[in-house]
Amino acid sequence: MALVLAPEQPLPFWLEALDAQIAHAPAFFDSRPVILDFGLLPPDQPNVAELIQNLADRGIRIIGTEGAHPSWPGIAKWGGPIGPAGATSRGDAARRPAGRVLAVAEEPRQEARQEARPQEAMSAPQAAVGPVEGPTLLVEQALRSGQQIVHEAGDVTILGAVAWGAEIIAGGSIHVYGALRGRAIAGFCGNKRARIFCRRLEAELLAIDGLYRTAEEWDPALHGAPAQAWLDGETMMLAPMD
Amino acid sequence: MAQVVVVTSGKGGVGKTTSTAALGAALAQGGENVVVVDFDVGLRNLDLVMGAERRVVFDLVNVVQGDAKLHQALIRDKRLENLALLPASQTRDKDALTSEGVTRVVGELRDKFDWILCDSPAGIERGATLAMRHADVAVVVTNAEVSSVRDSDRIIGLLDSKTEKAERGQRIPKHLLLTRYDAARAARGEMLKTEDVLEILSIPLLGIIPESQEVLRASNVGAPVTLANPTSSPARAYAEAARRLKGEQIRVSVPAERSGFFGKLFGRRAVA
Repeated sequence: MALVLAPEQPLPFWLEALDAQIAHAPAFFDSRPVILDFGLLPPDQPNVAELIQNLADRGIRIIGTEGAHPSWPGIAKWGGPIGPAGATSRGDAARRPAGRVLAVAEEPRQEARQEARPQEAMSAPQAAVGPVEGPTLLVEQALRSGQQIVHEAGDVTILGAVAWGAEIIAGGSIHVYGALRGRAIAGFCGNKRARIFCRRLEAELLAIDGLYRTAEEWDPALHGAPAQAWLDGETMMLAPMD
Repeated sequence: MAQVVVVTSGKGGVGKTTSTAALGAALAQGGENVVVVDFDVGLRNLDLVMGAERRVVFDLVNVVQGDAKLHQALIRDKRLENLALLPASQTRDKDALTSEGVTRVVGELRDKFDWILCDSPAGIERGATLAMRHADVAVVVTNAEVSSVRDSDRIIGLLDSKTEKAERGQRIPKHLLLTRYDAARAARGEMLKTEDVLEILSIPLLGIIPESQEVLRASNVGAPVTLANPTSSPARAYAEAARRLKGEQIRVSVPAERSGFFGKLFGRRAVA
């Protein structure tokens, strides 16, 4: 999942607060693509390049920016506003056959790094905002612990089970015909209509369009039942399917 | 054709070394030419279980690095002449193993033996991935408890991505060996149910080995349990597992069957 960082004035204080958070959770930004939202900064902010360098020094990988003023020096390198994270920059991942995606699943970090190179973000067509409808990714095997599937262009259908510690990230809906024990993140590119369906709900976490619920937050009676999750406004709904 | 078997689990203490020794000895008792290889460089134990700890001169690291010839490092078992051990080094660490060296040694072993059983170190790092690298078949050793099952699932994922076979687009056959099975605790519901473990890992069952004092007793006298006490229940379970590994179809029996319930359970063959 991409995180959005929104720096505010005065920047030294903001960076200090950021450092405190990193000290508190050192692995928090590991392998997470980050979008920098300049919306809270005044338009005359001159030190964008320095700020980006400051974040890079902290190991934060910025894949794009939002709300930058075109006149800022150095911002051209970051390509100005981009669409939802990866909606376009990871297009090639979406075109890969399922087997390939599984084969690389053991190196999600490296994969993410390659896909999130800034130059790719730069070449992104700027109009691509909003939900993406694309081909469904069909995975015929089980997803094992530690494996990750990222398919931002459409739905993901898994015929097997999704183990604890496995993760599916889909731009569209997620369908799991086995037991769902890991994490399912649907509607990743801002698709509020995405849903999660599973034959057996034993998941660690469900998320749709950035809203998430962990297993602690739903009725234990749902555990082990066929279930679906969807968004009703800003609330994630979860119900058994008979 | 030689079969390279990796005995692996992710988690430590589940019984990989015991199982490698017992399966290796059982295969050798059946007339196969067998070598057991200790990949746990730095924490070697297989030599102890095989009763060869005082005969180690050269080891896997020496052979991998070209300091010794393979035949110098191989230790023939005193009880079975068609059983050999390639010990690990205790004074080195896993970085001493090079990928090319391991490839060469496994290739040489393939020429000499019918079965090459690789005892993997715990974990998912370099040592474990090198041990599984050239495997034709994997035996995933698991205890019926959540952390062990979860780690085994992770290992199965690695077997499907990090092995030579997987990189060629083939699938490596994986078998589940459920070890340290305690019938009394199972009856009290203190362990995961066998059917749940099978459902979660969804690989075929090679055998269920009961928790037994015999295993400890055998390793104390430095013998695989299948040699130390062939009539004991763990030895018989290992012997059957070894025959299944060779492709025989034998029904899996659950230790200390209480009623028809488990019989019914395993009436169906384990999931493929």
